[in-house]
Amino acid sequence: MPNSRSESGRSAGAHPAGAARAGGRPYDLAVVGAGPAGLAAAVTAADLGLRVALVDAGARIGGQYYRHPAPELGAARPERLHHGWSAFAGLRERLAAHAGVDHLAGHHVWAAERGPVWRLHTTHGPEAADRTTVEAGAVLLATGAYERQLPFPGWTLPGVVTAGGAQAMLKSGLVLPGRRIVVAGSGPLLLAAASSLVHAGAEVPAVVEATDYLGYAKGLPTLLGNPAKLVEGARHGATLLRHRVRLRRSGAVVEAHGTDRVTAVTVARLDGDWRPVPGTERRIACDAVAVGHGLVPQIELATELGAATRTTPDGAVALAVDAEQRTSLDGLFAAGETCGVGGADLALAEGVLAAYAVAGRPAPRGAVVRRDRRRAFAELMAAAHVPGAGWTGWLTPETDVCRCEEVPVARIREAVEELGAGDARTVKLLTRAGMGWCQGRMCGAAVACLSGGPEGRADSRPLSCPVPLAQLAEPPA
Amino acid sequence: MGRNPIDLVGAEPGPARTVLFDGRPVPALPGQTIAAALWAAGVLAWRTTRDGGRPRGAFCGIGQCFDCLATVNGRPNRRTCLEPAEDGDTVTTQEGHGHAELAI
Ligand code: FES
Repeated sequence: MPNSRSESGRSAGAHPAGAARAGGRPYDLAVVGAGPAGLAAAVTAADLGLRVALVDAGARIGGQYYRHPAPELGAARPERLHHGWSAFAGLRERLAAHAGVDHLAGHHVWAAERGPVWRLHTTHGPEAADRTTVEAGAVLLATGAYERQLPFPGWTLPGVVTAGGAQAMLKSGLVLPGRRIVVAGSGPLLLAAASSLVHAGAEVPAVVEATDYLGYAKGLPTLLGNPAKLVEGARHGATLLRHRVRLRRSGAVVEAHGTDRVTAVTVARLDGDWRPVPGTERRIACDAVAVGHGLVPQIELATELGAATRTTPDGAVALAVDAEQRTSLDGLFAAGETCGVGGADLALAEGVLAAYAVAGRPAPRGAVVRRDRRRAFAELMAAAHVPGAGWTGWLTPETDVCRCEEVPVARIREAVEELGAGDARTVKLLTRAGMGWCQGRMCGAAVACLSGGPEGRADSRPLSCPVPLAQLAEPPA
Repeated sequence: MGRNPIDLVGAEPGPARTVLFDGRPVPALPGQTIAAALWAAGVLAWRTTRDGGRPRGAFCGIGQCFDCLATVNGRPNRRTCLEPAEDGDTVTTQEGHGHAELAI
């Protein structure tokens, strides 16, 4: 479904199978991803005189964070479901006014190719001709992140959704998965999700957070350097209080109940290692569960090319960048969650810095300070929410770990204990865990943990999203 | 104060379209995806799994998990969380790998 509709008012739309360039020459910069980091980078680079292609899989700019209803829904006050909407509104206006940026909406980049110029291969529909190659002198990866999930018995029941998914469906489709929604997992996204759900009319009987929040206390100076983050946290807290939402620290949903859909959950207290404490179980009736354990950077396009990575304090793999947002590959830059999950403010600052670096101009001091402070906060946050090893204590042998291939815990343990698998890759070959449609995006973290292999290993995939065979079979444009 | 998402953001969509889900009409607001229309109608499952025949619906909401697959207008394996709902779309619960009728 090629989609050339764009709110930016300016759109390069769907190209016939061929190359996308700026006036016959490669673009100066191709930005992959139109969320906070990508938008900030694209308009800043254009301000600095560069010709920019803004390539994004979504129909509308904004990414997941600034996800908003389609114009046809006629939302007069979309900002009610957002924090920092004015920053987005500003970027959207600048983008619409800028002739220097071509927005390629609905274009999924499935591979990046290095050479004298960078070539990004994109697909925008099912037909052989629905493809475009974007050529550019430099590439900025601003592809964001997806959620980390830790399985629990019943997590495949309809009505159990990801915390980010509940947010996404609410922000774009104005719908809720149920009326009474338990929010569970770990990380700051939970509070944001719970507060938008209650704003939108859901009842949230509990927010169940696995950590005790004490991790933040270790970073007092970092906290004090980020007052905006404290205000944001306090605002969510006030919303939850006002709606009588109970925040349970050091707890987890250890089972979801129901046959065709979720009807209740069991929550339990966790010890410091995230092991469920026997005898502390409580049942809570609900018709939906929004669950997530933080975010994982989405970086396949770069790791496939061999870009250097680093392991963040919560065990995730992020792209390693220098002070100017350069990756280890010449001409490849990264900004936002791809460099380690840290939220929209950090992404905006990094996007600006990357644009200056690509343009070869000295970075504005303010953006550097903001980036450094927010990055320090991101590292503190990651350390505070690192999953404890004891979470496997709530699994049963029948719990499906891989949702796509329906591989239960027992089969993975068999591969490890009886067949001698020592890492996620071997487990995958023996059990098919991670070989299904989602390519391990939902089960990767759990499989790695259960296989006892090295954590935080970078995924590498020759294709970063599904591509019709007919497009692969075509000779290069 | 808005106690549903539509009122919260002051949405004034045009008239709803109708999609047929397993033969039953389900309203879809213009701009909603098929998954969103099904959620609004209280439907949470529209696929059964290949091995266990277990019900599934939307999980990630952003095109990553492939749990929301359904047959849309005769085409199997469509990610309904990404697919805009158009008037008259037929959506059918997808069983197994979605290619049953192709006998492969
Ligand atoms: S809900 Fe995950 S792909 Fe649609």
